[in-house]
Amino acid sequence: MELGIGAFGDASRDPRTGTRISEAQAVRNVVESIVVAEQAGLDWFGLGEHHVPDFPVSAAAPVLAAAAQVTNRIKLSSAVTVLSTDDPVRIYEQYSTVDAISNGRVEMIPGRGSSIESYPLFGYDLQDYDRLFADKLDLLLEVNRSAHVTWEGTTRPTLTGQYVPPRAEHGQIPIWLGVGGNPNSVIRAASLGLPMATGVLGGSATRSSTNAQLYRHAAQQFGNTPEQTLIMLGSPGFLMQDGRQAREAWWPHWRQFMKTVGEQRGFLPPDRASYERDTAAGGGLLIGSPEEIAERILLMHEHWGHVRQYIHIDMGAVPQKDLLHAIELFGTEVRPLVQRELGNTSVDQLIGRASMPAVSVSGAAS
Amino acid sequence: MSNPSDRNQLPSRPPEPRISDPAPGGLHFGIGTFAFQYDDATGTPVPGAQVLRDVVDEAVAAERAGLDSFGIAEHYRRGMMDSAGPVVLAAIASRTETLRLGTAVTVLSTQDPVRVFNEFATLDAVSSGRAQMIVGRGSAIESFPLFGYDLAQYEELFDEKVDLLMRLLRDQPVTWSGRFRTALTEQVLEPQVSAGAIPVWVGVGGSPQSVVRAARFGLPLMFGIIGGSLSRFAALSRLYREASAEFGQVEQPIGMHVHGYIADTEEEAVERFWPVWSAVMNAEAPKRGWAPYRRERFDAEVAAGSLLVGSAETVAQRIAAGMQLVGASRFDFVAAASRMPHHDKKESIERFGTDVAPRVRALMMQPAEAATR
Amino acid sequence: MTVPINRVAILGAGRVGTSIARTLVDAGYEVTLAGSGRPANVEMIAAFTAPGASARWAHEATADADLVILALPLHRLSSVNPVVLAGKLVIDAMNYWPPVDGTIAAFEDAPAGSSVVVRELLGISHLVKTFNHTGYHDLEPDRRPAGHPERLGMAVAGDVAQDVALVAELINRIGYEPVALDRLEHGQQLQPGTPLFGARPTADDIRRSVTSSVVHSA
Repeated sequence: MELGIGAFGDASRDPRTGTRISEAQAVRNVVESIVVAEQAGLDWFGLGEHHVPDFPVSAAAPVLAAAAQVTNRIKLSSAVTVLSTDDPVRIYEQYSTVDAISNGRVEMIPGRGSSIESYPLFGYDLQDYDRLFADKLDLLLEVNRSAHVTWEGTTRPTLTGQYVPPRAEHGQIPIWLGVGGNPNSVIRAASLGLPMATGVLGGSATRSSTNAQLYRHAAQQFGNTPEQTLIMLGSPGFLMQDGRQAREAWWPHWRQFMKTVGEQRGFLPPDRASYERDTAAGGGLLIGSPEEIAERILLMHEHWGHVRQYIHIDMGAVPQKDLLHAIELFGTEVRPLVQRELGNTSVDQLIGRASMPAVSVSGAAS
Repeated sequence: MSNPSDRNQLPSRPPEPRISDPAPGGLHFGIGTFAFQYDDATGTPVPGAQVLRDVVDEAVAAERAGLDSFGIAEHYRRGMMDSAGPVVLAAIASRTETLRLGTAVTVLSTQDPVRVFNEFATLDAVSSGRAQMIVGRGSAIESFPLFGYDLAQYEELFDEKVDLLMRLLRDQPVTWSGRFRTALTEQVLEPQVSAGAIPVWVGVGGSPQSVVRAARFGLPLMFGIIGGSLSRFAALSRLYREASAEFGQVEQPIGMHVHGYIADTEEEAVERFWPVWSAVMNAEAPKRGWAPYRRERFDAEVAAGSLLVGSAETVAQRIAAGMQLVGASRFDFVAAASRMPHHDKKESIERFGTDVAPRVRALMMQPAEAATR
Repeated sequence: MTVPINRVAILGAGRVGTSIARTLVDAGYEVTLAGSGRPANVEMIAAFTAPGASARWAHEATADADLVILALPLHRLSSVNPVVLAGKLVIDAMNYWPPVDGTIAAFEDAPAGSSVVVRELLGISHLVKTFNHTGYHDLEPDRRPAGHPERLGMAVAGDVAQDVALVAELINRIGYEPVALDRLEHGQQLQPGTPLFGARPTADDIRRSVTSSVVHSA
């Protein structure tokens, strides 16, 4: 079981002080979080893509590249790459470049993403989503497979054997399909033989695990190997040594985040009662002490059988020092507790990919 | 739809650190690179990924050697690894502190200026204000079919995209419409960058129209020089000054981007560089309809300073003379033509930074003396 | 239309469709799901995410259904053949939600609410709007038996009193207190951006909020 961190790069307004950090500082905070995650022994870090002032990381690959130079073990991933409004050729070029810089530590999660601002920004129609995503995913998988790409689709100019460099050094870049929870997307992941990255974003920690059963069954129907049939789960998360304190500290930030999202989308923010329910044992918000969160992950594992759990930490302007502390606890305390029960088999081992040696570049800063 | 994009309504944020360009009249010495795949000692091409890691290492060497900037090119072909420049530059940012990080050139005509902004603003954030770029046509054309653009529309594409990019860099929120991308309405982009903070130069290969275009945009001008006569660039430089005045634009600096190789002696430099450079030129010649590249021409270009091959002392003199002839205040050196193995490139970068640039600075302080040499 | 509802066809096997399917199966209804893909895929979806429901092509699922529930993304509405809905009692469980799903021209100018547009587009004579103000993730955990002190409400809006009554009984059976609204256009009071949307209201909350709105909009 691997444990990791997910982030957006948060520059939203702190509900307690009313201030914001600069957008550039939010970007640099992500790099710092990645460094701390590696130091804490965590296995993976995923970074999202948005185009709004609250979440200013509009280009994740450069941030991952910056982090790659000051880490040498942790996996670096998009979470998610908003595939439908981007060009798969450019995406591959960017991530294979990070892969080179990081000595083969890159992964990608193409997905829809939860926000839609990139559609008008890049001139796409959200109503066209299904066709865009299917077409672009097909090309991304093809570029990942073949150095010379011959491809014809409906969403971008035809490719006639063009060479798309740089080629990832250690074979294909691992691609997980980002699934929001729609059963049709679950089946799509299985039909493409792709591992699935999905989330529990509150509510019950286990209820939607029917999707895990659906995924495994469908994978079997499509004749996928066990190496292709892997699940990673992400959930909002925050830790302090004292669980009650953690829930108290996170609440104003979570409320602020949900309030902002609710104002944009026309729903009311969650009340304290539903927050209590979702953070209690069995709830889908991983907020608490290291022991509580470890226990929750073990419970989720019983239902989901996933191979990697990450917590998404930066929403609602939680101060960076508190986030770094939570990352430390997740790595140094939760990870050993979880791995004591579930073992420490890495995803690389499961997919039959040799773990990349931590090669230090000549003259690299330590 | 509600969009939290009106930054004016947000609480103010602290100012951002920035490594600024040299003051007007100051000199700037940088490195340009192409991320070519090269052969190792056994004649086997090194992995492309290694080439990129080498580039990062060369940039670190450039900063240590006291140089001001490092620029990476953009290509989409076998043997060249520079398809995602801002990503490489962001990696370099983590291992350097003062080096300005740029491109040479960003092939803007086949990019979306919004994505270019996103990538460079992100680079600017991770580097604490060190991003810059040179936009231009580039000499390669493979990006046009790759991204579905028509080379015949090059001029229109470039004009429209420079216009949008500069709007995005200078005056957000932007309301804009054009032919080649979807319109923008009161758009702000992230991460936020102070207006005008990221320097943009226009790279030109020698076309007078491109020079006039740069003048019209009021942007600094970078000459991409691959041999030939420097007096041609001196003439273009005068054209740029005159056109700038005509368009009512403030005078902007001029730079030169020149290939070369530095060794202990002129003879050694020539001996090592001639086979590499003649192979490069003769590989390109049939594709571009050039005459075969001969030694006489090479020797002439070395003597004229449009190829920098020699000892630190002779190269410095030629650079100073060339900069004065062209009226340039910035000089970017493409070490070892970016073709030789990592070790040679790195050594040439170090020599340029520690031995050549200080000499050029000194010579430029004594213009009369330098000009008479 | 006086036959009590027994067989329900749900068009849309996504998150909303499968959530509704589970609650209906639990309440003893005979449920058939139809999705955009092959029935084989929908069958898999049903087997794991709504056990007890079966899967068919849309035209087969609706043929002998007493009730059809529209639970597909609104932009896929054009994939529904109006013929299969002719004369049927139909629930519109969909929302027009531009901040999440993007804009759709036909629904941009809909002063009487999105369900009225759906009714016009598909020519449905017996259309009832319900389920739409409840999040799919809340639908199951928030069910409570009649008389439970914490029972939540569910609005049921439609023009034909008998249709509304039939659907209200179904809502009651799955575990919510139905609040009947006598006009389909009153359903707009429960759409995204209204105080009740996603708010987990009680029946009284709905009555308080909607009655006054209805008075003012009448």
